[in-house]
Amino acid sequence: MTAAAMPAGEDREFAPERGVWLAAARDLRIGLRSKGELAQALMFLVIVVSLFPLAVGADPTLLKRIAPGVVWVAALLSVLLTLPRIFAADYADGTLEQLLLSPYPLPLIAGGKMVAHWLMTGMPLALIAPVLGLQFGLAGDELVVLVVSLLLGTPVLSMIGAIGAALTLGLRGASVLMALLVLPLYMPVLIFGAGAVDQVMSSVDYAANLSLLGAMLLLGALASPFAVAAALRISLD
Amino acid sequence: MKIYKYASPSMFYPLAGRIWPVFAVIAAVLCTIGLYMGLFVAPVDFQQGEVYRIIFIHVGTCWMGMFIYLVMGFYGILALSFNTRISAMMMEALAPTGAMFTAIGLLTGALWGKPTWGTYWVWDARMTSTLILLFLYVGFIALTHAIEDKRRADKAGALLAIVGTVNIPIIYFSVTWWNTLHQGMTVTATAAPKAAPLMAWAMLIMALACWAYAIAVSLVRVRAIILEREAGAAWLGELKK
Repeated sequence: MTAAAMPAGEDREFAPERGVWLAAARDLRIGLRSKGELAQALMFLVIVVSLFPLAVGADPTLLKRIAPGVVWVAALLSVLLTLPRIFAADYADGTLEQLLLSPYPLPLIAGGKMVAHWLMTGMPLALIAPVLGLQFGLAGDELVVLVVSLLLGTPVLSMIGAIGAALTLGLRGASVLMALLVLPLYMPVLIFGAGAVDQVMSSVDYAANLSLLGAMLLLGALASPFAVAAALRISLD
Repeated sequence: MKIYKYASPSMFYPLAGRIWPVFAVIAAVLCTIGLYMGLFVAPVDFQQGEVYRIIFIHVGTCWMGMFIYLVMGFYGILALSFNTRISAMMMEALAPTGAMFTAIGLLTGALWGKPTWGTYWVWDARMTSTLILLFLYVGFIALTHAIEDKRRADKAGALLAIVGTVNIPIIYFSVTWWNTLHQGMTVTATAAPKAAPLMAWAMLIMALACWAYAIAVSLVRVRAIILEREAGAAWLGELKK
């Protein structure tokens, strides 16, 4: 039995809502024990972003123009690469089935796993983004909006991604399939995320784009735990 | 309610067999009328010339491309909430037709765009969201084909179709706003010339023809799926006699 699957200590009253934190804490503990793996996603982001100047040339105005899109697409791809981490290991060793049997509600456990995934991928990506932005000539407000848009948008990527990861558990060629399922659903996040930075660059009010990202975050937080729970039950049926 | 009994493959199979020829005939008749009106009766557009006639195919296929995904989402809800196998089979039968209509819509749009806008493709809001819709269809087909266990494939496909349906308005509005924010386009599909009543009728008849075709084809396909899945079931053996 895992820590998350275990009911709270016998002397304490059983509180279902603690499932979120137990699941998140467990995944964080496991994730932080292999820090190299966490760094890989960040390195991937840095390398992909560095490819663009080599491909399109070193013209500073062009690079600045494409910077928001480049950073956002690279962030999206590196989140995509880390999605199997959410469930694959637990699925392989049978922990996931135990989690399904645990007294904690499955949507809350799924929510906890998404929180942990974001803390270990999306948040570090958002925090390293200003360095990449600087390389592309972004400055001041532009960097701040880039970070804020990533902080608001990457949780949504984790949520949608978790649905794809849960649906493709244990399938052959799951990673490519997952990209097919998840990338079209990522497009609105990309549009508003990169759009916010674009707008601050052309001195237009960017608040609407950030508000829309926030709205997607709330909608995702509300709906995705249930969708992920349903997907897990389907995949482990 | 009597209609519930058709949720069983053994009841639905003969029903689908009786219905699909009707819709096939309707599709053929409407298509003939619509194409005749569109290609021969409707006047030549004084701005675009003959090329505008491609919209008689374009409009109906685009509508059906969008509509079929919504129908799949509806069947997805039925499949997950009532656990009816036939709903999932209908989704699987509809997906290739929906993908085909969407692809034809994109293709005819591109062919119309070249002489009219001077380019095959622009990142116009409608074209972009239709392209994303095609990706959603491809994802659905890829997922249901990748899962070998049919029950799991059915349910996973149903969930994916529901998630996709929830996302369609989000995708549509995000792409529309993205397009207006970027200010790239001056000509949009909405700027197409106002259709004369005759043209509108021809378009409507063609859309109905596409709709009837979609029903006929998906019923034929669902019959094939039933035969495949139920092979060896007792009712099929009795049917053969």
